[in-house]
Amino acid sequence: MDCEQTIHRVYEYLDGELTVWRRRAITRHLDECPPCADGFTFEVELRRVIVSKCHEEVPQDLKARIAGALGLDTAR
Amino acid sequence: MADPATFADLAMPYMSALYAAALRMTRNPADAEDLVQETYLRAYRGFEGFREGTNLKAWLYKILTNTFINQYRAKKRRPDQVDLDDVEEFYLFRRLGGLEAANATRTTENEVLDALPDEEVKQALEALPEQFRMAVILADIEGFSYKEIAEILDVPIGTVMSRIHRGRRQLQKRLYDFAQEHNLAPRVGSTTGS
Repeated sequence: MDCEQTIHRVYEYLDGELTVWRRRAITRHLDECPPCADGFTFEVELRRVIVSKCHEEVPQDLKARIAGALGLDTAR
Repeated sequence: MADPATFADLAMPYMSALYAAALRMTRNPADAEDLVQETYLRAYRGFEGFREGTNLKAWLYKILTNTFINQYRAKKRRPDQVDLDDVEEFYLFRRLGGLEAANATRTTENEVLDALPDEEVKQALEALPEQFRMAVILADIEGFSYKEIAEILDVPIGTVMSRIHRGRRQLQKRLYDFAQEHNLAPRVGSTTGS
């Protein structure tokens, strides 16, 4: 695996969607190539930032509306 | 009819995640609330057909996305931007100087990420064309596998993969454009040495 092949598989690797063999080949490359490893770490960090910045609170009245529509005691 | 209390115990914990996804899909709080409520009503009505032991979260998301596609897409006002020129992997990392050998620390890139306002990240995600947006939300925000997303969206795994990957790269491009406009990122020229 060279840098180009490794970077091309970044998402499948991070999503856990590769075969064991391919995964191992990429892990081996990352162990030997700090710039690629940093890039992979950056992608993980980017995803973490996106998830945390897209957080939303459910409006209280929506919870009550749904509970009411299902015939539940809203005090639940 | 299913027992409402049993249904509520199992399904209610997902409301916060469903609401966040609904907001990114509809791009409008009132529509998002209606979409989530409709999803819970449909799920409750169909709960008898839900097999115990199967993935309740994926099932709820399938109802959410189907309801969105059938009901809310029709009245969409803001058209999707059709900027679909694909960009390369590591788009953002490269432009923040990440592959430069001379860049000994990784602080610059992470500082740029932290400096991105929440609203901007949300808008960048919401600006993705719908098919890409739904795939990226399901993968990145909700953590579904490609196979689960293929079942939720009822498309082949290869299509899911392509939409997630292209969607993520587009998202990086939009975030980078924003960072540049607001002087959060180094100028392109400074990373190429020209």
